[in-house]
Amino acid sequence: MSELASEQLDLTSTDTIDTVKHAQATPDHPQPYRELGLRDEEYARIKEILGRRPTDAELAMYSVMWSEHCSYKSSKVHLRYFGETTTAEMGARMLAGIGENAGVIDIGDGWAVTFKVESHNHPSYVEPYQGAATGVGGIVRDILAMGARPLAVQDSIRFGPADAPDTRRVLPGVVAGVGGYGNCLGLPNIGGEVVFDPTYAGNPLVNALCVGAMRVEDLHLAHASGTGNKIMLFGARTGLDGIGGVSVLASDSFSGDGSRKKLPSVQVGDPFTEKVLIECCLELFAAGLVVGIQDLGGAGLSCATSELASAGDGGMVVELDRVPLRAKGMTPAEILSSESQERMCAVVRPEDVADFLAVCRKWDVIATEIGAVTDGDHLVINWHGVPVVDVPPRTVAHEGPVYQRPIARPANQDALVTDTPDRLSRPSTPDELRATLLRLVSSPNLASRRWVTQQYDRYVRGGTVLAQPADSGMIRIDERTGRGIAVATDCNSRYVALDPYHGAQLALAEAYRNVAVTGATPAAVTDCLNFGSPEDPGVMWQFREALHGIADGCRELGIPVIGGNVSFYNQTGGTAILPTPLVGVLGVIDDVRRRIPTGFGAEAGESLLLLGTTRDEFGGSEWAHVVHGHLGGRPPQVDLAAERLLAEILVAGSRDGMVSAAHDLSEGGLAQALVEAALIGETGCRIVPPPDADPFVWLFAESAGRALVAVRRSDELRFTELCAARGLPCARIGLVDAASDAVEIQGVATIGLPELRTAWEGTLPALFA
Amino acid sequence: MARVVVDVMPKPEILDPQGQAVANALPRLGFTGVAEVRQGKRFELEVDDSVDDATLARIADGLLANPVIEQWTVRRVDA
Amino acid sequence: MSELASESSAQGARIGVVTFPGSLDDSDTARAVGLVDAEPVGLWHGDADLRGVDAVILPGGFSYGDYLRAGAIARFAPVMGEVVAAARRGMPVLGICNGFQVLCEAGLLPGALTRNESLHFVCRDEWLRVEHTATAWTSRFGDGAEILVPIKHMDGCYVADQSTVDELNGEGRVVFRYLDNPNGSRADIAGITDPTGRVVGLMPHPEHATDALTGPSDDGLGMFLSVLDHLVAA
Repeated sequence: MSELASEQLDLTSTDTIDTVKHAQATPDHPQPYRELGLRDEEYARIKEILGRRPTDAELAMYSVMWSEHCSYKSSKVHLRYFGETTTAEMGARMLAGIGENAGVIDIGDGWAVTFKVESHNHPSYVEPYQGAATGVGGIVRDILAMGARPLAVQDSIRFGPADAPDTRRVLPGVVAGVGGYGNCLGLPNIGGEVVFDPTYAGNPLVNALCVGAMRVEDLHLAHASGTGNKIMLFGARTGLDGIGGVSVLASDSFSGDGSRKKLPSVQVGDPFTEKVLIECCLELFAAGLVVGIQDLGGAGLSCATSELASAGDGGMVVELDRVPLRAKGMTPAEILSSESQERMCAVVRPEDVADFLAVCRKWDVIATEIGAVTDGDHLVINWHGVPVVDVPPRTVAHEGPVYQRPIARPANQDALVTDTPDRLSRPSTPDELRATLLRLVSSPNLASRRWVTQQYDRYVRGGTVLAQPADSGMIRIDERTGRGIAVATDCNSRYVALDPYHGAQLALAEAYRNVAVTGATPAAVTDCLNFGSPEDPGVMWQFREALHGIADGCRELGIPVIGGNVSFYNQTGGTAILPTPLVGVLGVIDDVRRRIPTGFGAEAGESLLLLGTTRDEFGGSEWAHVVHGHLGGRPPQVDLAAERLLAEILVAGSRDGMVSAAHDLSEGGLAQALVEAALIGETGCRIVPPPDADPFVWLFAESAGRALVAVRRSDELRFTELCAARGLPCARIGLVDAASDAVEIQGVATIGLPELRTAWEGTLPALFA
Repeated sequence: MARVVVDVMPKPEILDPQGQAVANALPRLGFTGVAEVRQGKRFELEVDDSVDDATLARIADGLLANPVIEQWTVRRVDA
Repeated sequence: MSELASESSAQGARIGVVTFPGSLDDSDTARAVGLVDAEPVGLWHGDADLRGVDAVILPGGFSYGDYLRAGAIARFAPVMGEVVAAARRGMPVLGICNGFQVLCEAGLLPGALTRNESLHFVCRDEWLRVEHTATAWTSRFGDGAEILVPIKHMDGCYVADQSTVDELNGEGRVVFRYLDNPNGSRADIAGITDPTGRVVGLMPHPEHATDALTGPSDDGLGMFLSVLDHLVAA
């Protein structure tokens, strides 16, 4: 410790710090820009922008802000397509869109809702608990930065095979981290996905979603405006979390003893600090003490200051030595790059600063004035009064490099598509069909997720109306009127691998359908695009196709993408993950009391109806995967007009109280939907397959655009007439039988609920408990 | 300033599932011969001369440990 | 949480709900109080002031992040001095989940809450048997009534030495018992009372069982109605 002390003392003087003046005087000083991930031409461009070489701190800022994660340099040219395909009508209720911390839509009655999903994939492989926990923390702060109270979370998590040793290492940590952070924040976890596939071994995906609400007039946007307004940094102290590669800059300042710098790159979260930060922010918002606000996520202060400054109409000056630290001897470059959690940056009028500090004191939140808005057009950051950063903020935050990555359809795509599942042997006898059903129901991707969801608080805040295993998570926004929102997230990466354009549309269609099947009207979309390396032309082809599929699909469904996230480089060596464009859909319901539950059996003798068309299509299906280990052919057909019609009828059915239960059909087909609806409702049923149907196809095909619906006998005629009038195929397939303790499929099998429950509920506990 | 270490352990009669989980994990990692594991907490305090042993006992008993379920030891260590 | 809904009630009963830093179920608890037409009154942890309330509830959550031990730091909050004094004077006090942990740390109730035996956080609907209806918080229930109330906790395993458990059982001071023990609690104890029957602590969350729309039942309302009866009779 003492050997380093003399070095550390020097840091309070600027003798060893690379100041702007020093940079001007030493143009040929070599800088480790390549180690920081910058290309030669990018370094040259920075020098061109500044008219000199960058200082260490500026180099750190540009290198993190121009990284793929922060600048979206490989995806920007493609993401524009979302904007190009959003019509005025689609955007009518949008109050904030792509580019803001999170998208916001007006849901009526003066309420605005914001939601977004974000990835935290790589950190979750390194340190599952903290990676997942800080993923939740980060997305919650994004929602908070829009001026909203965070209300609920969902998480979509993907792992390698369920029985793989590394999955045993990663999954429990991720689930504990999601729960540990979210539960402590007091946010109900209302849904999500758990998916197992060999493709994610070594590359688990953790996509965290948060939804919040506020009154329309309370919307806050991130910008600094008003010369003289103060920049307030509040929340946790800043330390060395997540610095990673930037530490190479520090090697110049130290005598070579790098032991102090060998800290893990993993950020560690403290949900209690974030909980009080949330309450503090909401009180600040309510008191009108905040002009603009930004959360500190990836790239920490570099991002917050440059984003706030470039979104405003002036410049900014920051006194970096005022930042409260929790590690000794941090350099300006390190302070700017730190990813310490639970920090926010606010723009506050000078006359409000005292009140601002008083609210923070009440909540025991550290708050410091670190700078001010200026009337220049530069972001100037001083270290003990001497400039170490002097940059045009837009060049850091928004005018980063834009790559046109080469795109090429993969050579093996044709072979993949031609290898259809038609050649696979199919079960045909009742015994074989029965065995297939039980095998699928207990397979890891179709088995009950209760072992996971039981580790999440679903009750806190008292507004959760639906949570897993329901098709969507639904919460009440307005206690007086009952107005609420529903959220669903979906993606079947096998479908996307077979056909990225249509596979992505199927993800959109499924999330859309899951929202509608609970009685909510779909209104907005978010996405988390998880792909391999953008340097692989085949991956870029998948990316472009999937993005276009979603955008075109949204236009056809009439709902806009209001925000999202891109995660590249999800691959091990040269093998990319299957393309996984996660789609989240948000819907609105006038009165949550009208929601449609998933389990049937609320009424005696309800009729069971199958809506939509079943086709012989098994490409990418669970059956092909589980029974034959096969991936090939084409995914199920997409018909967005049919999805729209199905959704309208379901929402109408919920409004008029005609539908007493509904469940969407997806992986595992009709058989899976029947079993789940029966087990959730704890009621048996008697099903009669159509005489002309192939029972295997009828039970296990994964055709889209379908739902299983339970209606009271007294409502059946009215409902079927509605379907007929609108041209939605509707077939009576059986009835609910409260007296029976079994699912009886005539001519195929009768399976008792206890046996089904053991098969469905036993898989995950056996693997992970 | 002096450094003080306070170790807090669950009382012997208290069930310690966390310690048990650690003990169960060791053989899976190839370590044999560990009969039992109990998990506790260690506190490191920097104290000035006004903090005598009686005070430390009150700190340990009144805050650092829950005497219903935990026992504690205090020792001064060389800085 | 700033202002709690303030609804004047027929009996004028004012029930305080304490907010510690990290409390999570304070607003749901206030809602439950409002549902039975009593007036919920927000009590700030930093103010040694009970604002003239007739009863106090310590709600669920992760006060102080469960740092050190759940409830260990909250028990030293300025408001707690007043709560302890008021309890000694006979004011009804209810501790729910984290609140129960605070009451045990503060010595108002015996025993302690430790890590769930499964080492996992568990959120599920639990059937409880109401075994003691002569408390300020359970008089509305029938003896032996079975109610369905959510639990959601990481440190809900009730422990106490054998003589304490014998005393609780022997004196009929076990108020709620789990029918299917979710966390390893000794003697399946889900909630207990002090000898006066006015200070009660339980791990399950009655405030989340007030409405079949958002919870598994409305069985929890009985606790809030009970204390109103108690205050009227007092």
